[in-house]
Amino acid sequence: MKKLNTVGELEELRASIVRQRKPEKLRISICGGTGCHAYNSKAVAEALRSEIERQALSDQVELKVTGGHGFCERGPLVVLHPQKVFYQRVTPEDAPAIVTETVLQGNLIDRLLYVDPVSGKVARSENEVPFYKGQQRLVFGNNGVIDPTNIDDYLAIGGYSAVSKALFDMEPMGIIDEIRQSGLRGRGGGGFPTARKLDSCRSAPSLDEVRYVICNADEGDPGAYMDRSLLEGNPHSVIEGMIIGAYAVGSHDGYVYVRHEYPLAVANLGIALDQAREYSLLGDNILGSGFNFDIKISRGGGAFICGESTALMASLEGKIGEPRPKHVHTVTSGLNGKPSNLNNVETWANVPLIINNGADWYSQIGTEASKGTKIFSLVGKINNTGLVEVPMGITLREIIYDIGGGIPNGKRFKAVQTGGPSGGCIPESLIDLQVDFDKLTEAGSMMGSGGMIVWTKAPAW
Amino acid sequence: MTTHATEHDGNQAVALEAESYLEKVTEIVKRYSDNRDSLISILQDIQSEYHYLPESSLRAVSTQLGLPLVQVYGVATFFKAFSLKPRGRHMVSVCAGTACHVRGAPALLDELIRRLGIEPGDTTEDMQFSLEAVNCLGACALGPIMVVDGEYHGQMSPGKVKKVLVKMRESQGIEA
Repeated sequence: MKKLNTVGELEELRASIVRQRKPEKLRISICGGTGCHAYNSKAVAEALRSEIERQALSDQVELKVTGGHGFCERGPLVVLHPQKVFYQRVTPEDAPAIVTETVLQGNLIDRLLYVDPVSGKVARSENEVPFYKGQQRLVFGNNGVIDPTNIDDYLAIGGYSAVSKALFDMEPMGIIDEIRQSGLRGRGGGGFPTARKLDSCRSAPSLDEVRYVICNADEGDPGAYMDRSLLEGNPHSVIEGMIIGAYAVGSHDGYVYVRHEYPLAVANLGIALDQAREYSLLGDNILGSGFNFDIKISRGGGAFICGESTALMASLEGKIGEPRPKHVHTVTSGLNGKPSNLNNVETWANVPLIINNGADWYSQIGTEASKGTKIFSLVGKINNTGLVEVPMGITLREIIYDIGGGIPNGKRFKAVQTGGPSGGCIPESLIDLQVDFDKLTEAGSMMGSGGMIVWTKAPAW
Repeated sequence: MTTHATEHDGNQAVALEAESYLEKVTEIVKRYSDNRDSLISILQDIQSEYHYLPESSLRAVSTQLGLPLVQVYGVATFFKAFSLKPRGRHMVSVCAGTACHVRGAPALLDELIRRLGIEPGDTTEDMQFSLEAVNCLGACALGPIMVVDGEYHGQMSPGKVKKVLVKMRESQGIEA
């Protein structure tokens, strides 16, 4: 790989990657998230690969192991593009049939298609699967499209264009203003306005001008795993957000604090950082802009409390991860006593979207005070377990029944826990509640990081 | 893996062990360019080498990073991921997160306690299995889930536990 010294070189590289990819090529994407991994998706990928080779189809078919597609309940998932044929619960033994019947003859294999348990309808493509239909996948959508271990995939879909726009066409304050107007609030739990945090960190005094940006990937809330899936499936979107944030606050050192229980996320993020450095998208003089910034990974040690910002920073310093009173905020005195801007994984992944598409576009999505989309992990006693990205303001009923497919085994819905242990349980009487930061707080629960654990009336097991 | 000292060559083996830790610890600390901030990562690497944190390795880390032993010990005991006790050849972890809980994780854990005859946090006498209950693994769709030596076993039930354990033992020629 060669270093990119200008925006022109980045765009040239992007154009050449796109040119080399034959659009007429059929693409088979296999979900490689932790969920599908556990269902043996690796063996499915191997079986498909050898079948493609056996039938000498390598020129016509491209196989891609992607990050999590979200519909973990039905893994291993295989999607054939461009028709978006959606096969679920695929086994290695299905590989010859997929290649011979679907790839070569264009016939669908009935036994692998998804049948909606509610309506009994067969979904002939991903778009017809009710689980996906109700979603708006702005942040999460590329997970199913790109190979997270290949930066060229991310560049081919316009990756790092937000970084070049931010570094060359915008001033740091302009970036913060754009994010302010977008209405973005922190996805980690508190829902604090992201722009205000950036602004405070930028204006906090630092004698040696050292400031830090930190990504909180110590996703500890039981039942929430969207951050893991984003880091596994689209790490560059998080890195890109952090570079923009660093430029806005004037930071040159970043950290991602990630749980050691997430080995695949650590691995894919590490690969992504290395590849970004090789292209000079991280490190000294990014894209020839004169701006320096790099990111280190720090693995947590299995302490729930380390998701709290001051405990996380203590842990980053190599100390016991105990929180301290926050009379002085971390934006003023955080890691090593320096101004530090900490945001959740999903928050960082929203930043490139806002820079690319503008605050006006972003603020049209969502409700009055909660803008954009939110990824929820829909788990517990629910038919369609998985990760769902929906616009803020959608009702619980839509999430649980339309997307989630309702409660299995004819049991009755009792409550849904949102916000993890610090949140609360929302009973059936509030099922039509609109989901946003403020409505959930009014109901006595909270958004938290987006875990939704569904409970039924009958005993749990 | 560490060697276990027998009676007649006990002292020598212990000394040898300490020496081998020292070499390994030095190598790991170097990997992080003697950076004190990396204490947790260093301990993690030592643990993945030995499956636990031997006392002499903590002493070596303290000396090499120039950190008080009490801080190294404090970090090693604060984070749940670290063990100061030797652990078995196989690590069996059961997710105790809420999503797995509502899908029956407690019954799964009870079955493992019964079959292995140990409580979470302990190791079987033959040093084959260690059992632990862990926080949410973020694989909620597979709940209840158990992880054996890094391999995920999803949608488990008490009935499936025996099969997994038998497979583990068979793989090394031990009768279940």
